[in-house]
Amino acid sequence: MAAEGRLVTMSTALALAMSAIFCALGSAAVALAASWRPALLRLLAMPLLGVAGLAALAAGLGALIVAGTATTQLPLGLPWLPWHIAIDPLAGFFLVVIGIVTVAVGCYGVGYARSLEHGRDSVAVLGGFTGLFLTGMLLVVLAADAFLFLVSWELMSLSSYFLVAFQHDQAANRRAAFLYLLMAHLSGLTILLGFGVLAAFGGAFDFGSLRVAELTPLWASLAFTLALLGFGLKAGLVPLHAWLPEAHPAAPSHISALMSAVMLKVAVYGFIRVVFDLVGDLQWQWGVVVLILGSLSALVGILYALVQTDLKRLLAYSSVENLGVIFVALGLSLLFYAGGHSLPGTLALIAALYHTLNHAVFKGLLFLGAGAILHSTHERDLEQMGGLLRRMPWTGWFFLVGSLSIAALPPFNGFVSEWLTFQVALQAWQLESGVLRTLIPIAAAVLALTAALVAACFVKAFGIAFLGQARSRHVRRARPEPVTMRLALGLLAFTCLALGVLPTLVIGLIEPIAIQLLGQGLPPMTDRGWLWFTPVSAETASYSAPLVLLVLVLLVTLVFWGLQWGSVGRIRRCDAWDCGLAPPSPRMQYSATAFAHPLRRVFAPLFRIDESVEQQEDGRLRYRLQAVDRTWDLLYRPIARSVEAAARRVSHLQSGHVRAYLGWTLATLLVLLWLIS
Amino acid sequence: MADLVTPWPWALVIAQGFLCAALAPWLVGWVRLIKARLQNRRGPSVWQAYRDLYKLFAKEARVAHTASPLFRLAPYLVFAATWLAAAIVPLVVVNLPTAAIADMIVLVGLLALARVFLALAGMDVGTAFGGQGASREMLIAALAEPALLVAIFTLAMTAHSTNLASVIDYQLAADIIVRPSFLFALGGLLLLAIAETGRIPVDNPSTHLELTMVHEAMILEYSGRHLALMEWAAQIKLLLYGALIANLFVPWGIATDLSVTGLTLGLVAIVVKLALLGAALAIAETVLAKMRLFRVPDYLNLALLLALLGLLIHVILEVGT
Repeated sequence: MAAEGRLVTMSTALALAMSAIFCALGSAAVALAASWRPALLRLLAMPLLGVAGLAALAAGLGALIVAGTATTQLPLGLPWLPWHIAIDPLAGFFLVVIGIVTVAVGCYGVGYARSLEHGRDSVAVLGGFTGLFLTGMLLVVLAADAFLFLVSWELMSLSSYFLVAFQHDQAANRRAAFLYLLMAHLSGLTILLGFGVLAAFGGAFDFGSLRVAELTPLWASLAFTLALLGFGLKAGLVPLHAWLPEAHPAAPSHISALMSAVMLKVAVYGFIRVVFDLVGDLQWQWGVVVLILGSLSALVGILYALVQTDLKRLLAYSSVENLGVIFVALGLSLLFYAGGHSLPGTLALIAALYHTLNHAVFKGLLFLGAGAILHSTHERDLEQMGGLLRRMPWTGWFFLVGSLSIAALPPFNGFVSEWLTFQVALQAWQLESGVLRTLIPIAAAVLALTAALVAACFVKAFGIAFLGQARSRHVRRARPEPVTMRLALGLLAFTCLALGVLPTLVIGLIEPIAIQLLGQGLPPMTDRGWLWFTPVSAETASYSAPLVLLVLVLLVTLVFWGLQWGSVGRIRRCDAWDCGLAPPSPRMQYSATAFAHPLRRVFAPLFRIDESVEQQEDGRLRYRLQAVDRTWDLLYRPIARSVEAAARRVSHLQSGHVRAYLGWTLATLLVLLWLIS
Repeated sequence: MADLVTPWPWALVIAQGFLCAALAPWLVGWVRLIKARLQNRRGPSVWQAYRDLYKLFAKEARVAHTASPLFRLAPYLVFAATWLAAAIVPLVVVNLPTAAIADMIVLVGLLALARVFLALAGMDVGTAFGGQGASREMLIAALAEPALLVAIFTLAMTAHSTNLASVIDYQLAADIIVRPSFLFALGGLLLLAIAETGRIPVDNPSTHLELTMVHEAMILEYSGRHLALMEWAAQIKLLLYGALIANLFVPWGIATDLSVTGLTLGLVAIVVKLALLGAALAIAETVLAKMRLFRVPDYLNLALLLALLGLLIHVILEVGT
């Protein structure tokens, strides 16, 4: 009877997920109609997007609570290759990730769409491709065969290409979009090959057959490498990240939020699905590779984020860093689990998933915050901002919550996943190999350095943008943000705090995934009651986020009240101290570039700094500084040059004589005939 | 579970928290006194730090016109976070229920929370000094925090726990042997404590020279009770690092039960340890000169290297012994 009840609930979850897809498609269709009535985008398409998010969220939560599996076949696809969709805890978790951010994006989009109604940008293109983009992401997560997976993967990539190219009147955006398209295709190609390897052993394309395929270790490693390359490209792992800081900022801000917060997570989903679920026989060597790549991404990502002055580029580079942290945890999971230590392995997987969820929420919040600033001031450059906390207090305080969360400060959510990752790394003494025992602490040290740099980076971002005085006139006159944007930011900020304060609850929801993938859950983590979060054992480590929050709030309130009661409770306003010279002007403030200067100098070998002083027409000097990504010089330019050189070589064939072409055709035909025979 | 709900340990937690806050100005006054004597001055009394705080609390607070609400919130948050962090460190007695609230990594996180608000408060008014202080503080923090965590990891991996109480228990229960990894971790932690609490040679708490100040530059705009809270938080932080180093590496004397003799002995022990550490700090500050800002990364890299060496020595040589 219970089993029947469970089955019903799983199919309800599946139905909810389907309805999410239909809502997303509906949103796209409505947006097409919006070309003749722009208000439709605001009044119907964006709310529908939000509803799709809600449905996905409900479906995902249902799947996580029930922890079962439901499959169905779609009346689509090829006659001999029907499309399957399935929902299980892993898919459900990623539906939650997509859902939370989409709800906020739908809400934010209502305010954003209003500003488009009188512009010349095509509303239909934006809304239509946003709906398709969401459909693609939902379908990737729900797909239960390689065919549908790849089709929806391409749908996701292509529709987001059009969104990156949305403001195509700027050459930089067109270039970013092309680079994005190129990388998306490379990624799609490698994933296709990866599935090819699996399907050759499994004999069919549905995940059920791929899962039971018996791969030799060598072929399994090949499938892993292809999956790591393909999904790593999409997730922006260093050195494959170069497209990410170009493409993500180019799109409208809520699309940037969807891409950074959600699409990168779909890549993480793909990696987990293929490596942990389909390939199955995990090898610890894979963990070493993933761990090193993750650490490298985390460190390089945040160092580049630190030197950016464009707020959205800064956030995009910080996504590289966070994906690095997720992959560090995944690497630890592979290392421990394949090395025979299943408890730390399970914990690491949970830490990775937890960070995935956290990053989705706070990066969504930060991108939407940057979008709200852009909406109100038309400014992305930190050097022009300042003092926005007084003009846009709601955005400011919510952005602060996002900054504190991403900087892994207690009691916010980023801290929990970081803490959990450290706890796993500290289990390194269990491993037999001395090399691994050395590697893991070094990776943990890199992670610690990264966390400290993130704090510096977001002190810079928040401090320069929201504190101090406005550095330009349009920022000084910033309009307040629309209420819907406030609501969207508030929703995500609240989620940040909730995910940080209730780790035991969240991990209880994530745990079925570990059982599904690794066949093992965790021992009860609440040795001392639900308030105390003790992942390994009560003696090893415990953290009580609710109490930390409670004590902090209590202390602040008590000290504040205590001091108010004294006779000198009042505050007198005066001018800032000016050394007895001229009153401080906004131009005397530290700029974003100046703030990052000491750290840029310390880590100088990692950057290529282009510095120049130009004389302008009016005789004034202009100082330019640009930190160029080293990977361009080291990796991309050489590849591009060799491709171009090869193309030039091939172009010698193009002699312009018909006889020569006919000769080549004949030769090709002969070679082919010889190959066949 | 039972030991967490009885009221007696919780009363001790609160008492120990207040003791932390109460002892902090004494430690600073003590360091100043020793330093003055080493410089052949008579120096102010040990109680001068208390008088300074009292004076500041009694004064009217002034806030710049350009300051946002964050400027007024920051002192309270910085003080609360630092105080909470200090209350976690076992001072007089080990195995209090606070050990379950937060471990060493949370301790580092709370200090980072305080630092972020300190830096933001520095940037809030929009003067050059504040930004300069914030930028430098984040540089120092970015390099110091990983070293601090690595030093902590060395202890945690040895004791198989990140709970402060468990590590101290482990130290107390173990035979007295010199572990090379601990020596390196101690070296790293001593260097870091100097950097994190803003003492010479990294920062100078008594300077107001524009080019060199870090911590003072961030709190330049504060006055009255706001300044008092910021100063007090800095003093508590010094005490915290002193207590951390003293009780993690030389835990002997700390009370392990709640008897009156044990507690008295614990109190005397921590005061003596802090007095010794404070004297060592005063001597170091007297013989060393302040470093140029861009020498500080070298100094912190040394600390990171020491801590990392300690950790590697532990995982390579000591695991399994």
